[in-house]
Amino acid sequence: MTLRIVPLYPELLSIYADRGNVRVLEQRARWRGLPVEVVPLALGDSFDPRSADVVLVGGGQDRDQALVAEALIAQVPALRSAIADGVPVLAVCGGYQLLGHRYVDQSGRDTPGTGLVDLETQAGATRLVGNVVVDVDLAGTRHELVGFENHAGRTILGPGVAPLGKVIVGGGNDGTGTSEGCLEGRIVGTYVHGPLLPKNVWLADQLIAWACEHRGLPTTLAPLDDQLEDVAAAAASILARSERR
Amino acid sequence: MPGHVFLRLAPAGLSKLAAELTDGIVAVSATNGKTTTSAMLSAIIGRDQVVCRNGAGANLMTGIATTLVTRPGNATIGVLEVDEAALPGVTKQLAPSVLLLGNLFRDQLDRHGELEMVADRWRELVATLAPSTTLVLGADDPVIDGLAGTRANVVRFGIDDPGVSLGVQDAAADSTFCVRCGTAYVYDEMYLGHLGSYRCPQGDHQRGKLDIAARHVHSDGIRGTTFRVDAPDGSTEVSLPLPGLYNVENALGAIAAAYALGIPTAVAADRLAQFNAAFGRFERIAVGDREAVLLLFKNPTGANEALRAINNDVANTQVVLALNDRIADGRDISWIWDIDLEDALTPAAHITCTGTRAAELAVRLRYSGVPAEQMTTVAAPEAAFDAAVAATAPGGRIFVLATYTAMLDLHGVLADRGLTQPFWQEQA
Ligand SMILES: [Zn+2]
Repeated sequence: MTLRIVPLYPELLSIYADRGNVRVLEQRARWRGLPVEVVPLALGDSFDPRSADVVLVGGGQDRDQALVAEALIAQVPALRSAIADGVPVLAVCGGYQLLGHRYVDQSGRDTPGTGLVDLETQAGATRLVGNVVVDVDLAGTRHELVGFENHAGRTILGPGVAPLGKVIVGGGNDGTGTSEGCLEGRIVGTYVHGPLLPKNVWLADQLIAWACEHRGLPTTLAPLDDQLEDVAAAAASILARSERR
Repeated sequence: MPGHVFLRLAPAGLSKLAAELTDGIVAVSATNGKTTTSAMLSAIIGRDQVVCRNGAGANLMTGIATTLVTRPGNATIGVLEVDEAALPGVTKQLAPSVLLLGNLFRDQLDRHGELEMVADRWRELVATLAPSTTLVLGADDPVIDGLAGTRANVVRFGIDDPGVSLGVQDAAADSTFCVRCGTAYVYDEMYLGHLGSYRCPQGDHQRGKLDIAARHVHSDGIRGTTFRVDAPDGSTEVSLPLPGLYNVENALGAIAAAYALGIPTAVAADRLAQFNAAFGRFERIAVGDREAVLLLFKNPTGANEALRAINNDVANTQVVLALNDRIADGRDISWIWDIDLEDALTPAAHITCTGTRAAELAVRLRYSGVPAEQMTTVAAPEAAFDAAVAATAPGGRIFVLATYTAMLDLHGVLADRGLTQPFWQEQA
């Protein structure tokens, strides 16, 4: 039973080194002796809901976003079926925006999204750029999510959608520094962009556990020596807090 | 008088100052290599003329104004590197006789906005450029090649050698979609990142005919590179004392700009053979009876190329990796995950991570398969460097890969110790 990691359109959606997330999931599964493979979905391919145990959607350039949105919308029924079956999704930055109903850019142009989550995004006048710290409560355990944000979009969550966490440092969903990301079932959306899993291995392991459950594998994961990751996360948190914007 | 005071007192004065350089100005911009290319071009021109040149720290409007205000009185020509985002404004003021545009890579997005935005502004700039300005273009980059449009006064340079093609697409590649129709380019050759020989399958864009081409490229590791340059005025063998295809691109850019200024290719090639590396760009420093090789890195493509250049020499050596996240380095360090680190440093004896973001490098190395006992994290760059030197046998070599401000810090330390005696004396 091989765990299958499926990054969607990595040739267009990996502008902020999103492949770091793929690498971390792959290695952490492998280090635990779980057979794992990375099966990217290329532009023009159809997503097969039975082919994935965890789905990753990264960030792209603005000009590619419309191209990606069109391709992705065609996969929505298959994605819905995978999600209903318990496949986790990690959507980052541009990928997070694509989860919603629409993205309205600065000129007012309206690009439809997948509508997988009840949220929508409008471009703001300024970019929110910098180190971030987010307080996350995941399945009853509190974690600190650390990383970097760089986005012009201001995302508004629908009334029934929970944010991923509460902003401690950063702009968050809408620039007000309150909520960050979204968490709906096993769909995780966040503006903490690019490679967020290397410093937030608790989230990586949660995704792996969900993927294992979907694959019918034991969900209790052997602990790893995460000293380096913990030091990097602590250093990033201290740095971000010292320059609170 | 500092540039910002000058600009405030005489906002239109920059164009007047620029006009005082009677043989004109060459403006050089690119994400990667603009400092080295400018240094190479200055070294070529500097044998005949006094050159007014800025440095990497002075490539915005005010820095350029300062450079022009404080230039040597007998300077007749300017070689000015210009920041990619500042280029449109600066070019309008400088009215350069030659505009060299090398490449556009994803780099420090937090400062510049997205690649496509810069490309759009460059397109607008070229559309309004005086017809007398010679446009020198790095044709291996599709976005840069596409700038030529129907313009007459263009010199294209590039590499034409299947022998040095990567064969596979570099993970760091950007801009691989047709600038006309958005279809993915087919690459017959790919040299570094998205630079190569490409064509749109729809047939509406392919790399233009090269005026200045490098053929028969041979690498001699960190010692240098040889190639043949084919130009409209003949073919010449070039023996460049710098490693890596990156520097072949830089040298071609310098030769092409020199050609646009009327300097024969054979003369330019000859002068490049004595070129010394610019700050931290494969700079070699004697440390007692050991040698330190300093490599600056600032984005995945540059880092991949640096790793490729030391590939044959890195086995059993001490490597220092220094990552800072100050503004000049780029605050966002995500890009280290786009470096092809897997296997690249595993032959090294030991890797020491340092800099403000040393811990992130250690994590990156762990996930690329470097075992814990093969690496150490040392916060202070000086201590990291000393540890690597101490662990190196006499006659051995230490590789230092560092981001800009980390390199600056380390360079300062080595200068304080009187060690910065480069193997190749600076020409410019
Ligand atoms: Zn095309």
